[in-house]
Amino acid sequence: MAILKTEHLTYRYSPGTPFEKAAVSDVNLEIEEGAFVGVIGHTGSGKSTLIQHFNGLLRPSSGHVYLDGQDIWADKKKIRSVRFQVGLVFQYPEYQLFEETVFKDIAFGPTNMGMTPDEVKRAVEEAMEFVGLSASLAQKSPFDLSGGQKRRVAIAGVMAMRPRVLILDEPTAGLDPKGRDRILKQIRAFHDQTKTTVLLVSHSMEDIADYAEKALVMNHAKLFAYDTVESVFSRSKELEELGLSVPQITRVFHKLRADGMPVRENVYTIPYAIKDLMRQLPKKGGVPHDS
Amino acid sequence: MNQQITVNHVCFEYQREGEEPVLVLQDLNLSIQKGEFVAVLGHNGSGKSTLAKHFNALLLPTVGTVLVNGIDTTDENRLFDIRQQVGMVFQNPDNQIVATIVEEDVAFALENLGVPSAEIRRRVDDALRAVGMYEFRNHAPHQLSGGQKQRVAIAGILAMRPECIVLDEPTAMLDPKGRREVLKTITELNREHQTTIALITHYMEEAVQADRVVVVDHGKIVLEGTPKQVFSQVERLKELGLDVPQVTELCYLLRREGYDLPDDIITEEECVRALEALFAAQKGTTLGDSENGTFDVSI
Repeated sequence: MAILKTEHLTYRYSPGTPFEKAAVSDVNLEIEEGAFVGVIGHTGSGKSTLIQHFNGLLRPSSGHVYLDGQDIWADKKKIRSVRFQVGLVFQYPEYQLFEETVFKDIAFGPTNMGMTPDEVKRAVEEAMEFVGLSASLAQKSPFDLSGGQKRRVAIAGVMAMRPRVLILDEPTAGLDPKGRDRILKQIRAFHDQTKTTVLLVSHSMEDIADYAEKALVMNHAKLFAYDTVESVFSRSKELEELGLSVPQITRVFHKLRADGMPVRENVYTIPYAIKDLMRQLPKKGGVPHDS
Repeated sequence: MNQQITVNHVCFEYQREGEEPVLVLQDLNLSIQKGEFVAVLGHNGSGKSTLAKHFNALLLPTVGTVLVNGIDTTDENRLFDIRQQVGMVFQNPDNQIVATIVEEDVAFALENLGVPSAEIRRRVDDALRAVGMYEFRNHAPHQLSGGQKQRVAIAGILAMRPECIVLDEPTAMLDPKGRREVLKTITELNREHQTTIALITHYMEEAVQADRVVVVDHGKIVLEGTPKQVFSQVERLKELGLDVPQVTELCYLLRREGYDLPDDIITEEECVRALEALFAAQKGTTLGDSENGTFDVSI
C-alpha cells in the first residue's frame, strides 16, 4: 500500500506575477510503505520543492498529496500531525541545533509531540544509538561536537520523533568518505530495523546505487522516472543528458558491452560487478601482477 | 625560481579559552612547483583546510615558515602581493558572490585595487571567457546554477591574475553537472594557462586529474605521489578514512581474487582496457589452450 501519494501535484512560484514559474508540475507518484528511495535531479529540478510537499511545508498550487490515503490538506488543522509522521532533515541540519545539551536538542521534537518524559528519554536514547552517538555525549553542548557529530545529532532529532517517513536532503554533503559511509549505513540500519519509509536526496549516484532500492528522478519540475535503481541506471544516456550521471562502474560496464564483451547490462555496484566478471572469467590460476 | 609555495616545518595550533591547545598541523613540509596541479586529500579534521589557509596568509604558522614565491607569509608589508599571487575559492558559492551582476562581481577586487577601468574591462572579459561564463556577464548571480556561480567565483580570482589558485572543496555543494563544469575549468586553467592549482577535495575522481596527490592525516603528510602511486595503496587509504575511485576498487578486489590485472588502474578507460585484455586472454586460452594464451602485444 502506498504511504505517500501525489495526484497532479503542481506548485507555482510567484503566481499571478511575470515571474510565475512551475517548480513542480503535474507529478503523479506512489511511494510504497517501507521503501528506501533515492531522490535525484540537478539543482533546480524541483526535487527539494517536491519533498517539502510531503510533510505539508508547502501547499500544492493544484493537485493533492495523500498520506495513508488521506489528503493531508483536507483538514488544515491536522497538518501538525502530518509533520510528526513525515520527518524532514534539511541540508546542513547542524546549523539548526540550538539547545544547551545534545539530549535536549534531540528531545525537542518528541516533547512537542506530547510524549511523556519517560517516552522522550527512551526515544532520545534509541535515536542516539541509531546514529552512533555514545550516551556520554548526552549532556554535552552540541556546539562542542565535531561537524559530523553535530549532523548526527540533528538527524537523531528527527528519528526520535519516530516518523513513518524519514526524508533526508543531502545528509552527506561535505562529509569525508568515512563519515559519509557511516551516516548512510546508520540510515539504512534505521530503515531495516524500524521499517520506516526513507527518502534520501543525493547527488552521489554511487550512494544511491549502494543504499537505495528505488530511484526517483526529477527533471525540469517533472517526474522523469520512479523505478528500481537498476532500471533507472540502465537509462544512463538520458541521465547524462539531464545533467546527472550513473555510477562509474555502470559506465565501465556499458563500455564493455559496447565493445562486445559478454557482461551484464545493469551493473551499478562493485559486488555485483565482481560477481558478473567472475562468472564470465573463470580463473586460470593466473598469478597477480607484483609491485 | 620555480617554487610557488614552500611549507617548511610548519606547526599550527589554536586554543579555546580554558582548554588545552589543539595541534592541527605538525611539522609539515610541502612544496608546490609553479604550474603544478596538486590535490590534497584527508578526512574531515585532518588539517587539510588549515593547511590550505596557510597558502595565502589567511592563517600564519605557529612554528615554521610558509613562503609564497619566496615571500614569507608573516611579512605584513607583502600581504597584498601574496594574496594577489595566490587566490582562494571556497566551498559555498553563495558566500563568495558580492555583487548583483556577474561582471560586477568579477570586477569587485580590481576596483578595490584601483586598476584603470579599461584594464578592468579587459581582465573581466578574459576571466569570464576562461571559465566559460562570458555569455552570462549581465546576469544576476541568483539566476545561475551552483556550478555556474562557482565558476563566477573562480573568474573573480582569475581577474586578479594570480599565479596560483587554491580551491577548498569547490564542488562539495554542486550536482554532478556542476562538478564536471568546475573540474573542467580547473584542469583547463592548469593546462592552458599554466596556473598552479591546489585542490582540496573529497572526490577521488577529481584527485585523479592532478599531477600529484598529497594525503594529510593528523596534521601530517602521510602519503604523497602521482595519482597512480597513491591510489594503488587501497588498504592504506581506507585505513585513513578515504576512498579510491570505483574502478580502482574493482581491479583491486579482482586482483585479490587472483586475476591478472595491473595494480595502478585509476581511470575508466584504463579499467575497460585491462578487463578487455583479460577477456581476450581467456579467449586465447580456451581456444588453443596453448601456453601463449595471453595477448601478444609485440608486433
